[in-house]
Amino acid sequence: MSGYTPHTPADVAAMLAAIGVNSIDALFAQVPARLRARARIALPPGLTEPELRRRMAALAARNAAQGQPVAFLGAGAYPHVVPALVDQILLRSEFATAYTPYQPEVSQGTLQAMFEFQTFVAMLLGLDVANASMYDGASAAAEAVLMARRLLPGRRVVWIARALHPHYRATVATYVRSLGDVELREIPIAADGRSDLAAVAGRIGADALCVVLGYPNVFGVIDDVAGAAACARAAGALTITVTTEPLALALLRSPGALGADIAVAEGQSFGLPVSYGGPGVGLFATAERHVRSMPGRIVGETVDAHGRRGYVLTLATREQHIRRERATSNICTNQGLCALAVTVYLSLLGRTGLRELALANYRTAHAVAARLEAAGVARRWSAPFFNEFVIRAPEAAARWEAIAAESGVIPGFPLGRWYPELADTLLVCATEVHEPAHIDRLVGALAGAAPRVRAAER
Amino acid sequence: MLLDEPLIFERGSPGRTGWRPPPAAEEPVEELPEALRREDGLAGFPEVSELEVLRHFLRLSQWNYSAATTFYPLGSCTMKYNPVVNEDVARLPGFAHLHPLVPEALAQGALELLAALEEALAAISGLDAVCLQPAAGAQGELLGMQIIRAHHLAQGDPRRRVLIPASAHGTNPASAALCGYEVVEVPVSGRGLLEAATVAALVDESVAALMVTNPNTLGLFEEEIEAVAAAVHARGGLVYMDGANMNALMGVAKPGDMGVDVMQFNLHKTFSTPHGGGGPGAGPVAVRATLAEYLPVPRLVRRDGRLVWSEDAPRSVGRIRSFYGNFGILVRAFAYIARLGGPGLEEVTRLAVLNANYLRARLAGAYHLAYETPSLHECVFSDRWLQEHGVHTLDVAKRLLDYGFYAPTIYFPLVVKGALMIEPTETETKETLDEFAAALCAIADEARTDPALVRGAPHRTRLARLDETRAARHPVLRWRPAAR
Amino acid sequence: MEIPEDLRYTTEHEWLRIEGSEGVIGITDFAQEALGDVVFVELPAVGTPLARGQAFGVVESNKSVSDLYAPLAGRVVAVNAVLRDQPELVNRDPYGAGWMIRIALAAGESPTALLDAAAYRAHVEAERAK
Repeated sequence: MSGYTPHTPADVAAMLAAIGVNSIDALFAQVPARLRARARIALPPGLTEPELRRRMAALAARNAAQGQPVAFLGAGAYPHVVPALVDQILLRSEFATAYTPYQPEVSQGTLQAMFEFQTFVAMLLGLDVANASMYDGASAAAEAVLMARRLLPGRRVVWIARALHPHYRATVATYVRSLGDVELREIPIAADGRSDLAAVAGRIGADALCVVLGYPNVFGVIDDVAGAAACARAAGALTITVTTEPLALALLRSPGALGADIAVAEGQSFGLPVSYGGPGVGLFATAERHVRSMPGRIVGETVDAHGRRGYVLTLATREQHIRRERATSNICTNQGLCALAVTVYLSLLGRTGLRELALANYRTAHAVAARLEAAGVARRWSAPFFNEFVIRAPEAAARWEAIAAESGVIPGFPLGRWYPELADTLLVCATEVHEPAHIDRLVGALAGAAPRVRAAER
Repeated sequence: MLLDEPLIFERGSPGRTGWRPPPAAEEPVEELPEALRREDGLAGFPEVSELEVLRHFLRLSQWNYSAATTFYPLGSCTMKYNPVVNEDVARLPGFAHLHPLVPEALAQGALELLAALEEALAAISGLDAVCLQPAAGAQGELLGMQIIRAHHLAQGDPRRRVLIPASAHGTNPASAALCGYEVVEVPVSGRGLLEAATVAALVDESVAALMVTNPNTLGLFEEEIEAVAAAVHARGGLVYMDGANMNALMGVAKPGDMGVDVMQFNLHKTFSTPHGGGGPGAGPVAVRATLAEYLPVPRLVRRDGRLVWSEDAPRSVGRIRSFYGNFGILVRAFAYIARLGGPGLEEVTRLAVLNANYLRARLAGAYHLAYETPSLHECVFSDRWLQEHGVHTLDVAKRLLDYGFYAPTIYFPLVVKGALMIEPTETETKETLDEFAAALCAIADEARTDPALVRGAPHRTRLARLDETRAARHPVLRWRPAAR
Repeated sequence: MEIPEDLRYTTEHEWLRIEGSEGVIGITDFAQEALGDVVFVELPAVGTPLARGQAFGVVESNKSVSDLYAPLAGRVVAVNAVLRDQPELVNRDPYGAGWMIRIALAAGESPTALLDAAAYRAHVEAERAK
């Protein structure tokens, strides 16, 4: 019917004969008749391939795509150029349709790529070891807290920054709520847009499990991770950093160098389109001594019977299929193909390209901030940032959807939806995809009188 | 010819790069403070050309078996054909480049797709409300258990225990434990099935739920499922179904009719999204109407003729991830369901069960069949008849690689010693099944006449058997730059 | 399969050797063979008090993991740190270099409650027949 099943009537007849039944129906004899009677699936009939394409194209056409309108949106999903090569590799069926590499002799492609991925993640985050990825940055953050709980049993307080992306905070809260023996306490936002450690340092004591910070935080501001780590260490607690825009780490000091015990990130920026928020890929790294408590799949190097180098899934006894109820997590997948995209992307850009791309983002975002400043739209805080920053724009924030419809630009994200105290602000992200004409449109939409502004700049 | 290929870090030359960004603004900008700057200049990152990168990953790809190149009879994994048109449509710019935070007015196409997918999964399952957020089956299962926990808490009685059949997938007890439940194992009968009487005897008011897979991991339809569910419901418990085996149920029996209250789907199984070497998948959850209030936020709702995201769900278990789910995967599953339609999905199940029973008939003389009970879309054999020759399930699996097939699922379910679980799916031809059966029969013969050949397999793959013990005892989990 | 006569055993396949008021504990030859290549052993901290039958650690092989149970009550006075880097000693020499923990026996604890070599042998034979 659809073309995906190959059976001819002759095939079916021959197979039924071999089985020894008269009809396919007979194969369902064990299923109670009253269940069978109600089982028809009430969905419309199928489509041909061209009909399917038309249907999907019609749905896609009703969404804002690249450049129409142009969006200066980040806030956990970052628009970057995806080099042509990345998709060519992802479309190789040998990678895309491979199973989890439980039979390593015939999965060396996947396994070596994952070993390379683990290396990239460990290097980027400045720690010893990384796993073969988690579902996304948010669940990676939650799993990091669960790991801390395994390492320091008995401690119950998680100090979590209010300035960490609210989706991530909410995900951590959901994971720990079902455990019942861990309590979340908030590190407030300071007047400068960073996390206010001074306000809570006195209360981070012997019951503290970990301190969790965004790095950069949701406002694009760079928190004092080293200070937080010192504070946590003094109390015998662990430090966890969470990075939604890992491109920042090409320019910023690594979490490991700042004292993080576990560092996680969302890897979408590295070779994955924003794709309405998923699939992403969670990056997860930690110190060597904690490796047996690290969740998720891990690939290790070994040799075969002839001494040739190869790779296998290892340390599997932490995982669900063996430990069952004592597993470190219930996760039984990584984000295989997404992790491959990250690996291809980071290989392609490499040391030079990654640094140059980070610089380009930094410069573009800072130039946008400067132009907005010149047009009378000031930043909310003056702390250092990478490619996202917060501006005061009460009218634009209030008319956000209308501006998007009218002026062909989505001028950032109205933070009031996540932080009531910031209802007069917008979170603006600018990357290498934003061209001068786009920036003109943004400045115009926010400053109101664009032509006058540009004349003043000349 | 399978070429050798080192790690990407072992290739390249200083200063080389495969890709540079477009040049950025030249205006001077404030510099990052020294204390915040990267400390190592990204030392160790590769410096290779675009062609080197292409060649590297293409060579690696040649070392993989994959469902597209090779028959994968993996029980419980449903390695069916992943339609290539789905790759095309998922890459439409209107889907791929849609930022999750655009105003909903600018995402109505995406939201209509998600709403239609929710409705389709509700129709297929016979349940009422669907959440598309979970990134994988295991995450869906965890969500299901969290919903169950929320329900009992709302009733004022948290309950501590969850019943799980001994044949269950390992994620089941892991998910239960992550919710703070104590796991109680339910034995299966001599026919491999759950018996209502056994379950009724184990259920009391301390039991929050029974987790069940139907058909179970032996490929057998749980004939007493309605009575089993009734026994659990009678004591106020809920029934969770692991939907991994949906490929055997479409048009045959609906979980909602069986008494299931919550279930997860695996879109990368029944609904054809690619396995990707280990993900990404998606594990949507469906629930009965009475449990819908516990589903995660945000919920997709219709307001004034438009679809919007709503956080207005006071009894929700909360968020389980950032944004809305593995949207790119949801697009592919939607395309599959739309392409096949209701009749197409029903045919999938009929032909999947036909293929599995055909293989079962062809192999029943050569391998010990674990249970005589009729099976649906998968069947379980064991190595019992080979053991006298010193050949075990693992050896059979490795020898199959030499014949150009991927191995079946091995050593699972745990209730069968030396299990070989085979699920062909509906997209394989009769000829492929015949070749596979012939290979397995040949291996059974080899076990008798030349057991060393089987025990030493694989012989024709790029690498021979790998030393997994060494990898675990002395873990080397990354490449390191040479010490400076 | 080795079952030394001078040791006591549990049905969970641990062995105990009495040395004065202390006991040395490990897993039996049958256990190490059933597990396969041991890749990791998780042991308690020195000073940990243990009840009889309480889980004191975990032994992992490539494909399985098993809890370790204290045959008698006592307090951990030493652990075999060498197993961290050489878990294979459990396979090679389960009754000697593969020892796991040493405990100071709690007052009143007596090895007579445990299986002797003959009883353990019978237990293993019954398990094998299953």
